[in-house]
Amino acid sequence: MSVLWDVQRKKRFISHDDMTKISQEFNMSRMELEGVVTFYHFYHRTDCGKYTIYINECVISQYSGRNKIVEAFEEAIGVKMGHVTADKMFGLFKSPCIGLSDQEPACLINFQPFTHLTPYKIKDIISQIRNGKKAFEICDTPKSVIQYKPSIDKTVFFKPYVPYATLSFLEKYNPEEIIEKIKKSKLAGRGGAFFPTGLKWQFCHNNKADQKYIICNADEGEPGTFKDRVLLEEHPELLIEGMIFAAYSVGASIGAIYLRAEYRYLKQKLEKLLSKYREDGKLGKEILAKIPFDFDIYIHLGAGAYICGEETALIHSMEGKRGEPSTKEVFPVEKGFNDKPTVVNNVETLCAVPRILEMGVDSWLALGTDKTPGTKLLSVSGDCEKKGIYEIEWGMNMREFINLTGAKDIKMIQFSGPSGELLSEIDFDRNISGEDLQCGGSVMIFDNKRDLLHILKNYSNFFVEESCGICVPCRTGNFLLNKKINKLILGHAEEKDLADIKEWSKIIKTTSRCGLGQSSSNSLNDAMKKFPEIFKQRLSENTDFNKAFNLEKAIEEYDNIINDLSTPYE
Amino acid sequence: MNNKVKLTIDGKSIKAEAGKNLVDVAKENKIFIPTLCYFKELNPLGTCRICTVKLNGKHTTGCTVKVSEGMNIEVNTPELLDNRKAIIEMLYAEGNHFCPTCEKSGNCDMQNHAYDMGITVTRYPHVFSDKIVDFTPKRMIMETNRCILCKRCVEEIKTRDGKDVFSFVERGVRTRVHIDYEQEAKLSEAEALHAMNICPVGAILIKGVAHEQPFGERKYDVLGKDIIPSLKNGKIKKEDHEKFIVATTSLAGCFGCHMSLLDIDTDLLDMLEIVEFNKSPFTDIKKFSKRCHIGLIEGGCANTENVHVLREFRKKCDILIGFGECAIMGGIPAMRNFISLKECLEESYLNGTTSEIGADIIPAHEDLPKLLNNVYPCNEVVKIDYYIPGCPPNAEHIWKVVKSILLGEKFSITHDEFKYD
Ligand SMILES: Cc1cc2nc3c(=O)[nH]c(=O)nc-3n(C[C@H](O)[C@H](O)[C@H](O)COP(=O)(O)O)c2cc1C
Ligand code: SF4
Repeated sequence: MSVLWDVQRKKRFISHDDMTKISQEFNMSRMELEGVVTFYHFYHRTDCGKYTIYINECVISQYSGRNKIVEAFEEAIGVKMGHVTADKMFGLFKSPCIGLSDQEPACLINFQPFTHLTPYKIKDIISQIRNGKKAFEICDTPKSVIQYKPSIDKTVFFKPYVPYATLSFLEKYNPEEIIEKIKKSKLAGRGGAFFPTGLKWQFCHNNKADQKYIICNADEGEPGTFKDRVLLEEHPELLIEGMIFAAYSVGASIGAIYLRAEYRYLKQKLEKLLSKYREDGKLGKEILAKIPFDFDIYIHLGAGAYICGEETALIHSMEGKRGEPSTKEVFPVEKGFNDKPTVVNNVETLCAVPRILEMGVDSWLALGTDKTPGTKLLSVSGDCEKKGIYEIEWGMNMREFINLTGAKDIKMIQFSGPSGELLSEIDFDRNISGEDLQCGGSVMIFDNKRDLLHILKNYSNFFVEESCGICVPCRTGNFLLNKKINKLILGHAEEKDLADIKEWSKIIKTTSRCGLGQSSSNSLNDAMKKFPEIFKQRLSENTDFNKAFNLEKAIEEYDNIINDLSTPYE
Repeated sequence: MNNKVKLTIDGKSIKAEAGKNLVDVAKENKIFIPTLCYFKELNPLGTCRICTVKLNGKHTTGCTVKVSEGMNIEVNTPELLDNRKAIIEMLYAEGNHFCPTCEKSGNCDMQNHAYDMGITVTRYPHVFSDKIVDFTPKRMIMETNRCILCKRCVEEIKTRDGKDVFSFVERGVRTRVHIDYEQEAKLSEAEALHAMNICPVGAILIKGVAHEQPFGERKYDVLGKDIIPSLKNGKIKKEDHEKFIVATTSLAGCFGCHMSLLDIDTDLLDMLEIVEFNKSPFTDIKKFSKRCHIGLIEGGCANTENVHVLREFRKKCDILIGFGECAIMGGIPAMRNFISLKECLEESYLNGTTSEIGADIIPAHEDLPKLLNNVYPCNEVVKIDYYIPGCPPNAEHIWKVVKSILLGEKFSITHDEFKYD
């Protein structure tokens, strides 16, 4: 994949000939490579412009004035969305959530971030680029807005960090002891699946192999999350050390950070830091420990596909294949990257590891709830005063949390992203914890101005776009649900359509291969349950005629053709 | 023999070899788990999802389960049966499947499943997406309209130097299988045939080889079970001395279905004892003269007149039955849905091989109905109560359904009557 990135960056697209050449080099068929290239939306098949602009399609961006921003760009560069200027200078494209939900409207230009855009600022950016400035020279540095953390004795992530201090535990404990500690801490995966981390490491540790891998999942694709971005900016050391502990525990000698392309601007800094660790002997050969070991980390850049956050898809992607999830009969801890035992962990999970060791398992267990000890990072965006990152102790009451954000007049909260849970007033007395309201990290708040169906349509578009396409319930089921939402929005739907949505969602949920299909209809069904009146309002009365069929529309094309023909030649 | 394990499938307790594939174990015990992508030589692919079962209460695909001690598996619960049916229906809605013109008809795994499940219509609207038919490869034709993306060919067919011949490209709803021409040329005749044979539908064809088996000898010609159609509630109300009133029409169809209606020969006379035809090509009654119990619709909607007639039928008939593929999903006329209307008209009237040299008129007149942009299945215009599949449907089948609706009695439709390819 890095070869493809080189070509994409240099030539701004991957041509037929390039694909032929590359496929020969890697001894694969050209069509197989084309399959890989066309899977990822940041690889282009035609020139995407010397300066490629990506604008976020997510609702949060739309409600922050995305449309005005798009118009401003279109005016400044003179072409419409999805097109490239004639001189191939600029290309303007859409992209799903770019992980800057707290700084929207935002965009990426050549993968450099530009935040808090205004039409005026856009004019300025474009003219500076026209005058020869490079994107990285004028881009913004996304601020890490940490809105809340518990009192200092309870903060886990965002507190001062002492370089290398915790690494001394390597000398004190052997791998089994570290796994034991992590198991005892009840740390569970923060990527959304909440699998117990200690157990995962244990499995991988027990599988004997000549080579094992640690992969950090920094693909953070769930719309509305940006907690991993902030961790990578603020405390990348924690991540590296977390990976070192993981490697030591399971016996892996190679680590990889799968960094989503949207965060490419963080790559250089991370690489610098990795070099420093190498220089200081904390990475590389014979790392000082009770049982000395070899371990090094490299960065693998994604190329745009939400599904690559799913761990098996991520592994396929790293192997240079299409990012399709596997069937679930074998887990990566047994047969993962290159068919070797592999641990895939989220950024936040790995960052928690050195902190737990540092503060001691008991003080960690004292925080949070019984099932989910410790703290959790939430990315808050949408209609509230204080957007940004919240480090909260598990178990916080939803109302208390809402008060912190300063949100008012709330209609609903999308908890844990579009594939998570949609909350309404009745849920606000619940607690944020593993026992009650589980959360992966994304919190999107919507107030009463917002149109529920518009939001749901946006989610649905996202899932249609991001389905990997391997199984029919998700591939076409989501597409058909999307059409149903359209029907509702246009006021053509009847009661039967609501029943269809319920039935179809259930089929998609139970028969899809991976988490994307299984959870894609969650919010739609939550919404139908929690806001039945909104749906009812949109229904038209039951008839025997399908209102979605519009005869006038259906003959428009014919009329145009005949009109054209009956206009006599000059 | 200590590697035997005990498990239950649908309440039946079964002994099997540990680690054996569930689909095979079930089959040995006469429990059939339908599959499309699974075939023995390959690792289970788990792409088609129709073998979805419940393992200890959780949904998973049967083909990826290796049996172990104590497993409790559900295969044929109403929910799972409906899921399977739904997936096949979704595959039909997603692709462009015109069985009457398909070389693989009768040898098609998916068609056979559809027969077995008694599918008459898909619950999903047809997507009618534009997909290519690729004639370029040396030996093969890739009919992506029919491809269900089971991935068999992608995984199985490789050149001798280990390269893929078939590959998935794009993602989401746009995902397709494409052929690599260079690699395809390297395949031997036998390897190419193998590719066609493992395709569970009619997406991979070998030039000059299709249609080899005569009717009656194809893979699925003799298999199959009878079907008892289920009636929706609501018996037809009428006075005892009155006859049932039936209307029929042919919209964008070929009248083949109407011909089939006549095919019950002299039974038609018995039929007329209880049935009276109102508006119908049989009677040449042009306008409804009274309200009808049943309206039989042949053909889909291709022009404005079709739409008006269909709407009129909906208003005047208690029950509408769509009979024949065209009424159900647009049928052969709907093949134009992938070509722009302009091209269709130009080909028909200006540039086609049968149009006169110098032809420059596309007929258009206020008295002529206008063509719609697409051919629409009837249920996308009005509500249709029952469907009788077939191209054309078997005469016995049609009348059994009609009688069954009129008299509220149940009939069993034999596999032969239901099957129409
Ligand atoms: C559709 C889908 C998308 C996912 N996206 C991400 C992601 O962006 N980041 C992430 O860390 N985990 C993601 N996951 C979860 C991973 O599959 C996996 O559970 C996680 O990386 C394991 O790490 P953890 O145990 O530390 O959470 C996703 C899962 C699914 C099904
Ligand atoms: S559920 Fe969707 S994303 Fe997941 S494997 Fe199936 S098609 Fe791919």
